[in-house]
Amino acid sequence: MFAYILKRLLFAVPILIGVNVITFALFFMVNTPEDMARAQLGAKQTTPEMIQSWKVENGYDNPLFFNGEASGFGKVQETLFVQESLKLFLFDFGQSDSGRQISADIQERMGPSLALALPTFVIGLVTNISLALLIVLFRGSRLDTITMMVAVAIMSVSGLFYIIAGQVLFSKVWHWVPISGYTEGWDAIKFLILPILIGVFAGIGAGMRWYRSIFLEEMSKDYVRTAKAKGLSDIKVLFGHVLHNGMLPILTGVVVVIPTLFMGSLIMESFFGIPGLGSYTIDAIHAQDFGIVKAMVFLGSVLYIIGLILTDISYTFFDPRVKLS
Amino acid sequence: MFMVTPFYSLFTCYIFYKTFTILCLVCITLVCTALVSTTNAVANNWNSPYTTEQVESSTLFSSFSQSPKHLDPVVSYNSNEWTILSQVYEPPLQYHYLKRPYTLEPLTLEKMPDIRYLDENHQEVNADSSVVAFTEYLFTLKQGIQFHLHPAFVKDENQAFLYHHLTEDTLDDIKTLADFKKQATRELHAEDYVYALKRMALRQNHSPVLDSMAQYIVGLKDFSEQVTEQYNAELKDQNKRASNHFLDLNLFDISGVQVVDKYQYKILIEGVYPQFLYWLTMNFFAPIPWEAEAFYKQQGLVEKNLTLDTSPIGTGPYQLVENNPNKRMRLLANPNYRLERYPTEGLATDADPELLLDAGKPLPFIKEVIFSLEKESVPLWNKFLQGYYDASGVSSDSFDQAVSVSSAGAMNLTSELKEKNIQFLNITQPTIMYFGFNMADPVIGGYSEKQRKLRQALSIAINFEEYISIFLNGRGEPAQSPIPSGIFGYIEGEAGINPVIYEWKEGRAHRKSLEQAKQLLAEAGYPNGIGKDGKPLTLHYDTASTGPDSQSMLNWYRKQFALLGIELVIRATDYNRFQSKVRKAKVQMFSWGWNADYPDPENFLFLLNGENATINTNGSGINSANYDNPEFNQLFQQMKTMENTPERLKIIQKMLNILQADAPWAWGYYPKSLSLYHGWLHNVWPNPLANNTIKYRRIEVEYRVEKQALWNQPVIWPFMVVGALVLFSIYPLLQAYRQRQTAVVISKTKGGG
Repeated sequence: MFAYILKRLLFAVPILIGVNVITFALFFMVNTPEDMARAQLGAKQTTPEMIQSWKVENGYDNPLFFNGEASGFGKVQETLFVQESLKLFLFDFGQSDSGRQISADIQERMGPSLALALPTFVIGLVTNISLALLIVLFRGSRLDTITMMVAVAIMSVSGLFYIIAGQVLFSKVWHWVPISGYTEGWDAIKFLILPILIGVFAGIGAGMRWYRSIFLEEMSKDYVRTAKAKGLSDIKVLFGHVLHNGMLPILTGVVVVIPTLFMGSLIMESFFGIPGLGSYTIDAIHAQDFGIVKAMVFLGSVLYIIGLILTDISYTFFDPRVKLS
Repeated sequence: MFMVTPFYSLFTCYIFYKTFTILCLVCITLVCTALVSTTNAVANNWNSPYTTEQVESSTLFSSFSQSPKHLDPVVSYNSNEWTILSQVYEPPLQYHYLKRPYTLEPLTLEKMPDIRYLDENHQEVNADSSVVAFTEYLFTLKQGIQFHLHPAFVKDENQAFLYHHLTEDTLDDIKTLADFKKQATRELHAEDYVYALKRMALRQNHSPVLDSMAQYIVGLKDFSEQVTEQYNAELKDQNKRASNHFLDLNLFDISGVQVVDKYQYKILIEGVYPQFLYWLTMNFFAPIPWEAEAFYKQQGLVEKNLTLDTSPIGTGPYQLVENNPNKRMRLLANPNYRLERYPTEGLATDADPELLLDAGKPLPFIKEVIFSLEKESVPLWNKFLQGYYDASGVSSDSFDQAVSVSSAGAMNLTSELKEKNIQFLNITQPTIMYFGFNMADPVIGGYSEKQRKLRQALSIAINFEEYISIFLNGRGEPAQSPIPSGIFGYIEGEAGINPVIYEWKEGRAHRKSLEQAKQLLAEAGYPNGIGKDGKPLTLHYDTASTGPDSQSMLNWYRKQFALLGIELVIRATDYNRFQSKVRKAKVQMFSWGWNADYPDPENFLFLLNGENATINTNGSGINSANYDNPEFNQLFQQMKTMENTPERLKIIQKMLNILQADAPWAWGYYPKSLSLYHGWLHNVWPNPLANNTIKYRRIEVEYRVEKQALWNQPVIWPFMVVGALVLFSIYPLLQAYRQRQTAVVISKTKGGG
């Protein structure tokens, strides 16, 4: 397994270089260093001297991919791409274009993002799988039909509606929890409970239907018929075999998400005032802060690759036929 | 046939029941934990976002929607940053809180600066002398002003700075400045103000006003070049960045800036520039102790985001104790603040007399200020209504809930807000939002009579009264000239209207009719909007407004132009491209705005001075319309250095007449800001140019606690109903499951089974 993981990690290097090339190319296609300087300096009258000074200070006076003025290997090395990419591979995110340390910012924002995303994910997963199993137990009944109709209805409504309706109902009308805000420690629960419940509820429709279809597909397989023919009950079949065998498609969709959970949720965090990473990248794109954009895209790619590797590893726990080599 | 045995049925029921029970328990546990933690943290109100101590103390609860990026006073040039920064730093002067028109007064000075006018040989001459070459300002500081407590000032028994050479080990436990065990202060000296000027001059600090000030402060430009070069060389030699390399600027001198003694310093200005005093109210001129800069340039602190840009150190009434731009900014009253008192006079005639109830009392009244990040307007508004914010603006979403507009256009609070004893202030901002014509454009620009008439016709057709009503809920005042109300040169009533666009009838200004606009258009050579080629005139409007919300506004512009038979083509693009096109004069028409830096007409009229035209300044000028009328330019030069005298007013009037005839802008509007605040917040008086106003505010804490409790009584019955529904649904579900498990499937085939 170690060799497999090492191989996958080595494969990740060219992928990450590719991601960086695309990020650099796309960003500088839309924003020039002059535009970035104007956005960061924020002055009413920006002079060429101010712009030049900012570019030099932040390293944007170097060419992007090729430095014709340098000699030898310097033609490639003395470029913005190589200078900045090398640091990324060492996980040195440096400072944002506005001067803040990106690593310190990420560490500070990661906690609140996880505090919201992790319970939403876990409770949502347990709820969706539990409800899907129950519906499969009642498959073909009126309860199944009604539940599916409700699930479609839940899916059809925008998540924003649940947020605003939840805030109005639970905070403004019934005065149960704060509308928005955040604090550290256990006191954070009172701020998190509403966004978590809304997050779980908004995901029930899609999640329940997805897991129901997985379990129903499993229920139609030969091994289920065999199990029933042997006299096993629905419950034993469902919990003893179907749930276990249905784990592979579930893991495919679930495990890959786990490492990226700390990247946060843009809308939830914005509406509930949770100081997470959800809006970090979007705000940076708006502010033309390339320091943050490149760091977050790189980090997102790394986490996604880790998620994929974890998914492969998790297969081995649920399917003995899968061997990593 | 398939039959479920009773045993399995029971087992299934158990699983079924257990799943639901687990879910219910999880929910109940979460709710209970939340309630318990809430009860621990906050008295009575479950939905209070604050602790009991905060609510029951003199704490101001406010919000911000954009994270502050810079808190370094020589860098920051943003109103949301100044809201915080101006409570911490103290430049030499401030605006009087109550007096109108805006009046300057000393803040850290004993008196207003002594001004001397000098000739080329630095000999004193009269202010109105024709040989004035320099103006010298002498500043005398109050004695005994102390900086905030800060680790940068701490010295050991050998008088060496204790925290100026931090090691990795000592930094391990440091997350904020409060983690340093020792804190100290020292007295404010004249050299701290001079040091701030030196920091401004260092190009690597990216001060946005360096190039403006270098034109006026004698020697600043040379000093800037000298220290910038020196600093660059040191950075290269030591392979460092500006964030972690300290250059002791005390080793260099600005020729026009001199420290006279411990409490006095002088600044020499080129020629005469009376507006310089207004600049001295801005944070760019606030004092910086060199010890702070030396302290913050340590790499270990930079890595923890502890820099002068994140952790300010000033002499103001508040110190920033928490800086989390993504969550909360927290200010605490400065325990070492000198004795400063609430103003005892200067109340404007239309102001509430209660504003003088605290006259002569020591400042500040509020002990703590909490700014919370609220990116969305819905939670912000609802929390204000719940009493969890002491003041709020009015967004478009909440406008109808907050304000009712009478048929005469007067704004009043709705009865719901009046019942809550919410107060209301409505003022016109010292800002202009204008619709500009590019005077360098061959079609819409130019100074011929025909070209003027085309712009005048368009200025009439673009009905800003309608625009303000539709898109701003009435929160604006149609502009008659570049100068907004409250600024010298603005004239109210008939004498102040723009005669090209308005007529004075029945005691108020009426926009001229479309027929008059069409007449002007015909005289311009476009009868009914048709050009010489027989085709409708087509004009182009460049904008960065590309979102779905902007479409209705852009359609409205199209409609207004269509009223004259002119086809308007919208060229929407992103903000970078838009800026670039304006800078290169590649636009025909555009919209832009300007906020006053200081309350002087020069700060608005220079937007149309030919010297500042973008095409004359390689894109760096502020005159985006490229207006360049020699007569106007000459009057501007004459007006800009004058005191506010009747002679100056006459010249301004002449300039405005020229502008109104030339119509380089369709003038646009002056936005109005609506502020709401609760009855427990006192001494609220709008001063859009002053930012250090929190020290004057007072909170009636008991009243706030009472109202918050009254407005936020938890409603319990839905909780019980939901609980009952869950409990009652379990039995029918169990029944249904039991029936299903005991059902017998009978084959339809003969003998099946």
